[in-house]
Amino acid sequence: MSASVKPLSVSPLKTSQPLGAALAFLGLERAMPLLHGSQGCTAFGKTFLVRHFREPIPLQTTAMEQVSTIMGADANVVEALRAICDKNRPAVVGLATTGLSETQGVDIHRAVREFRDAHPEFADVAVVAVNTPDFVGCLETGFAAAVEAIVENLVPVRGRSATPARRVNVLASAMLTPGDVEAIREWVEAFGLEATVLPDLGDSLDGHLIAEEFSPLTVGGTSCAEIAAMGDAMATLVVGASLERAADKLKARTGVPDYRFAGLMGLEACDAFTDTLARISGQAVPRRVERWRDQLRDAMVDSHFMLGFAPIALAGDPDWLAMFAPFLRGMGADITAAVSPVRADHIADTLAEFTVGDLEDLERLAVERGAELIVASSHAVESAQRLGLPLLRAGFPQYDRLGGHARRWVGYRGSRQALFDIANLLLAKNHDAKPYRSLYWRDTPRANEAGAAAQAAAAR
Amino acid sequence: MNAAEIRALLDEPACPHNAKEKSGCARLAPGSTAGGCAFDGAQIALLPVADVAHVVHGPISCAGNSWDNRGARSSGPALYRIGMTTDLSEIDVTMGRSEKRLFYAIKDAIEKFRPAAVFVYATCVTALIGDDLEAVCKAAASRWGVPVIPIDAAGFYGTKNLGNRLAGEAMLKYVIGTAEPSPPPPHPAGIPTYDVNLIGEYNIAGEFWKVAPLFDELGLRILGRLSGDARFHEIQTMHRARATMVVCAKALLNVARKLQDAHGVPFFEGSFYGIADTSAALRDFARLIGDDDLTRRTEALIAREEAKANAALDPWRARLAGKRALLYTGGVKSWSIVSALQDLGMTVVATGTKKSTAEDKARIQELMGADAKMLDEGSPKLLLSTFHEYHADILIAGGRNLYTALKARIPFLDINQEREFGYAGYDGMAELAKQLALSMESPMWEAVRKPAPWASPVRRMVRS
Repeated sequence: MSASVKPLSVSPLKTSQPLGAALAFLGLERAMPLLHGSQGCTAFGKTFLVRHFREPIPLQTTAMEQVSTIMGADANVVEALRAICDKNRPAVVGLATTGLSETQGVDIHRAVREFRDAHPEFADVAVVAVNTPDFVGCLETGFAAAVEAIVENLVPVRGRSATPARRVNVLASAMLTPGDVEAIREWVEAFGLEATVLPDLGDSLDGHLIAEEFSPLTVGGTSCAEIAAMGDAMATLVVGASLERAADKLKARTGVPDYRFAGLMGLEACDAFTDTLARISGQAVPRRVERWRDQLRDAMVDSHFMLGFAPIALAGDPDWLAMFAPFLRGMGADITAAVSPVRADHIADTLAEFTVGDLEDLERLAVERGAELIVASSHAVESAQRLGLPLLRAGFPQYDRLGGHARRWVGYRGSRQALFDIANLLLAKNHDAKPYRSLYWRDTPRANEAGAAAQAAAAR
Repeated sequence: MNAAEIRALLDEPACPHNAKEKSGCARLAPGSTAGGCAFDGAQIALLPVADVAHVVHGPISCAGNSWDNRGARSSGPALYRIGMTTDLSEIDVTMGRSEKRLFYAIKDAIEKFRPAAVFVYATCVTALIGDDLEAVCKAAASRWGVPVIPIDAAGFYGTKNLGNRLAGEAMLKYVIGTAEPSPPPPHPAGIPTYDVNLIGEYNIAGEFWKVAPLFDELGLRILGRLSGDARFHEIQTMHRARATMVVCAKALLNVARKLQDAHGVPFFEGSFYGIADTSAALRDFARLIGDDDLTRRTEALIAREEAKANAALDPWRARLAGKRALLYTGGVKSWSIVSALQDLGMTVVATGTKKSTAEDKARIQELMGADAKMLDEGSPKLLLSTFHEYHADILIAGGRNLYTALKARIPFLDINQEREFGYAGYDGMAELAKQLALSMESPMWEAVRKPAPWASPVRRMVRS
C-alpha cells in the first residue's frame, strides 16, 4: 500500500461517514435517518443521495447553529427526535453524528437517554445512535458502523434457537446496490430459504412507485421485527469485509453461525456462495443456478481476449476494490491502479498494491501506467475524458446516468454482464490501428482524402 | 460466365496445384463443406478497395449476411464499409425487372456517394436468371461517366478460391492498364523510387501499416495493391510496376502471372508473417529490381529491424518457449506462421494443409521435420482430438474455429481475416507473441475447467 502524500485533495474520491450511516439507515423500514450536525451536513447529503438514487430521500438534521455549537447541542438532539417522532411516528430513527458534533464533543448516547427520559410517550420508536465523524473513514465505514449499531440496539441477546426457521440473515455491505441485494435475495430463495437482509436497500431504494403520493419515511427495508428475529435464522451470510465487526456482534448476540464473503463477483466467489447455500439448505444446486454458472463460464472464455493483459485503473471504497480487483485479475487483467479513499487492512491482504488517494491520484497513475479503462464513480467522468479513456461507472455517486443503483454486479449473471460491458468498452477503444500515410502520397489525391464522415456529409 | 471460361481459369500454370491429379481447385463435398463460395471469394479479394461503391446484385442474403464483416482497414475513405445491394424482390426476379433495378441502383450509388468506380457483383439468382451484368455495367458507365465494373463470380460457380481468381480476372480485364501512374515525387533521401505491387495483402486490422514505412524508407512506392487500403486509380496503374509480391495467396496468382506475361512485371511469392519471412520479402524485391544500392540499403534495414524486433521479442520468448501450438489455417500461412511460431521458441505439433500445395507441404516438412503432422481437414472433432493427442497448449486458426476452441476450454489465437489484431512485419511479431501469451496465460482457464465445488463425487454421495 502507498498513501498519496499531498496537502490538497483534488477531485476527492471519498464520501463521508455520516452519509454512509444515513444510507444504512435508509435500508430499514419506516426509518428516518437524522444527522447530528448543521443543516448543511444533511442538505448536501440529501442532494447526493437524491441524485444517485433518483428517489425522495428521508433525511433530517439537528440543525446545530452558533449558540448550540458553543453551548451544547444535546437539546437539539432531543428536540429533533421529539419532532420526528411526533410528526412521522417512524419505527426507527438512525441518529448519526458528524464532524461538527463530534468535534464539539457530544456524547450522543447520553443525548438519546435524555430524550428517553423526557419523552416516554415515544418509547416504541427505536433510536439507533452511531458515532460517524467525517474526519475518520469513508462512506463504507460509516455504513458499517451504522449496521453494527443496529445490531447492538435491535437484536436481543439470547442463545441460538433450537428450531431455526428456514431463513438466513444477510449482512450487506455498502458496496452492494439495491439491484445486488435483490440478486442475493433471489439467489438465496432459489434454495428454498428466506432472507433477512440487513440493511435491505433492495427493498427501500430499488426505485418503485407506491400507492401513496408521499411518504416522509422510508418505504420498504428491514423491519425492526425481522431484525429482532435474526437469532432464529439457520445462518448468517456476511458480504463485504467492512462488516466483520457487525458480524462478530451479531454472532455473539444470537449464536447463529456465519459465513463470510469478501465479494460475490467472479466464478470462484459465486461458487463459494452457492456451495454455502447448498450446504445450509441441504438442497441440491438448482438447475437454473447451474445454468447461470455455465453462462458466466462461457462469458469468461469469450471475453478473455479483451480482458487479458488489459490495464485497468480502479477507484472506490475498500470493500468494492476487494471484490472488483480479484474479479478482474482472475480474467488476466492488469490492475494498474487501485485507489481507495482510506487505509484498510482487509484490502491490503487481497490488493498488495493499492493507493490511498483521490481521483487526481487515479488520473496520474492511469497515465503513468498506461491504463486503458477506468472503473469509478461519475466523479471520474472528467478524468476519463481528459485521458481519452472509457469509464465504467461503479460506486457512489452516479448522477449523470440512470440506473446505477439498479445495476446488478454480483452473482453469476451480474458478473457476466460486467464482463460483457468491460470487454465492449475495451473493444471500442482498441479497434483501430493508426493509419500510416506514405510519403509518396504527397501532391496526390491520397494526400487529402476525406474520411467516412466527410463522405456521408457529401452524400447528403 | 460460361463453363469454358471457368475451366480456363481453373488451369493456372503458375499454381503448383495444377500438377496435382485433381487439377485446379478441389471439388465440393455436399454435406461436409464449410468454406465460402465464389461470391465470397470475389468479395474478399476486392471489397477492401476503399473508394469504390461495392454493389451486390441479388436478393438480400448475399450482401445482407456479409456486409461490413471483414477486418480490412482504410487510411481514408470508408465507402467500402457501406453495404449496397439491389435487394431483389420476387417481382424483380419473376418479371425480369432486375437489370433495370440494377441500372438505377448504380445511378443511386454514383449520385449518393460519388465513388471512384462501382463494382457490381453477380450472385446466384441474377446469374441464374441470366441478367447481362456486363451490358448493364457498360450502359451505366457510359450514361454516368464513372467506371462500372462487372464482377461475375456467382456463388455456384465454385469455391472461394475460384471467386478470388474471378475477381482478379475482372481487374485484369477491366481495370489494370486503364490509367498511367503519376511520376513519384522526389524521395527526401535522394534515392531512386521503384514502383511495386502487392497482391493478396488485405491490411487486416491495419497490419500493413506497420510494414509500409519500410517501403517508403527503401524508395519502394506501392503503386497498386489487391486490395488492402487500395484505391481504384492505383489498381488501374499496376501494369507499370517493377515487381509484384504475391502475399500469402495462391488464388490471385493469375493476376501476377498475367502482369508478368503481358507487361513484363516479375513477381515472387512471400509473406510478412515472422521476422525471417519479412526480411525475405524485402530481399526479394531488391533482387527482382536488381539495383545494387537498393540491395545494400535493404540489408542494412533488415539488420536494424531484426535487431530491434528480436529485442522486443526476448521477454516474450522466455514466456512462450516450449509451448505447443496446433495450427489450422490455409495455404501459404500453413508454413509462414510455422516459422513465425518457431521463431518464438514454440513447437508446432501439427498444421492444417487443406489448402496447401505440394510445395507448401515440402516447406512444412523442411520446417517441422519429416514426420510433421498435417491435417487435411479441419472438422472441430479432428482439431480437438489432435489438440489433446499432441498435448497442445493453444489452437491457432480462423475465426470459424474460435468457438470450437472456446467451448472446449482451450486457448485460441485468431489468424484469419475477421481478427482484431495485426501480426504483420517486424512489429507484428510482438503483437502475435502478446496475443499468444494472453490467451495461454489467462488464469480464467483454470477457473472454468475446475468442477463446481458441489460437483465432487464425495459430496454427491453425502447428499443422496
